[in-house]
Amino acid sequence: MSLFRTRSTVSLSAVLAGAALVCLQMGAAQDTPLISGGVGFITTTNGGNTTYLPVISPLAAAPLGRHLLFESRATLVESFFPAGDGESGYDHSFFTGLSFAQLDYLAGKHATAVVGEFLTPFGTYNERLTPIWISNFASAPLIFNLGTMGTGSGLGGMLRGSAWSNAKVSVDYAAYFSAASTNEQIQTQRSTGGKADAYFPPQHLELGTSYGRRLEGRHENFVGAHVWWEPSEIPIKLRSEYAHGEHSQGYWVETDFRFARSAAYTTLLSRLEPVFRWQQIFRNSPDSSDGLPGADTQRADFGLDYHFPHEIRINTSYSRQFSLGNRNVWETGIVYRFLFPTWRGK
Amino acid sequence: MSARWMFLALGLVLITGSPVLAQNEKPAAMAEMSDRKQNLAELRKVEENSGEQKFQQNCSRCHNAPEGFSSRISGTIVQHMRVRASLSERDAREILRYLNPQ
Repeated sequence: MSLFRTRSTVSLSAVLAGAALVCLQMGAAQDTPLISGGVGFITTTNGGNTTYLPVISPLAAAPLGRHLLFESRATLVESFFPAGDGESGYDHSFFTGLSFAQLDYLAGKHATAVVGEFLTPFGTYNERLTPIWISNFASAPLIFNLGTMGTGSGLGGMLRGSAWSNAKVSVDYAAYFSAASTNEQIQTQRSTGGKADAYFPPQHLELGTSYGRRLEGRHENFVGAHVWWEPSEIPIKLRSEYAHGEHSQGYWVETDFRFARSAAYTTLLSRLEPVFRWQQIFRNSPDSSDGLPGADTQRADFGLDYHFPHEIRINTSYSRQFSLGNRNVWETGIVYRFLFPTWRGK
Repeated sequence: MSARWMFLALGLVLITGSPVLAQNEKPAAMAEMSDRKQNLAELRKVEENSGEQKFQQNCSRCHNAPEGFSSRISGTIVQHMRVRASLSERDAREILRYLNPQ
């Protein structure tokens, strides 16, 4: 355990030191390297057992001239959970991991080449909603592992960009290939895939589709689709995603409501954000390795978020899960989002 | 004699008329400059509005806008978002202009 910790810390330190070196070499005018991310304290009570999770997830981004960008996000979590085997008290474990550490080359108007460890481009949740200061709920959707190859990261190369963009529609794409890695910090599977999205600004509507194929062990195909919509008449956001694997399929639909039309927090009520998510998993055949519930599952999540000044947010939610043995899940969390330059400039 | 008076009259007209002419030219030039400034301000406003719209469409679709940040990292934020949100080059430029209105 101590060896694991030492190696983890050394690997993480090496990446952060590399990022710092890059930061020291570059940075001018509006391109000063930045540190961003979230720090939070989350509690989860699942079936009567409460887990406490202090977590920090920093992101570093450093431009290297006009066409290169280095960016990396790490997660450090200390988990306190009830001791098992009939013992009283709590046990704890420490986890550090890199979500991504990538070098982006802005090759042109329509393409960016990415090398390194990157977030698997499948669906929307993994790439867009995993930061703790963004997601409305502390827990990921039940279908998260479908298409993201279990770890949510790939190691290799990716090509992505905006294929077409005008006032009526914006189409973007991503295609990747990942090698397998069993490194403690970078765990990826040999896989390939991609996604394409079309966003219609006048309708505030986004439609997208994803594909992924695992190329190691039992080869498996995954397909996905998503719909996001923000009606202009009502201050709500509707997000939904569907994913299909060979052993299971499922979807989630999430909506959040704001008591103000403007995004600004002008009143106490405008800082309140009720959220709701409904999700279902359908099992085609058993698979103990995919990280999904072992049986058909339905889950309703009711949440209430409050946005305090100075980028502090409180998330609370109650979930009822219907499966083999129904259960309640309570989650609360306080999250602070930070964003600042790496050093003072002129 | 009449020729002398004519030269005198012409001289008088030139002397008194030139400032009038100059005065007439000056407001015209000032008006043109003012129009140009107004047009530039309007253009900038349109660009900022367009940048704000692009920001709302591309960035706020996933997360709330930060309460504030140093202008020294605005370029880095836009580059990061260009990759993360697959922004087109033009959208990225407009968002950067929106983040740095001066």
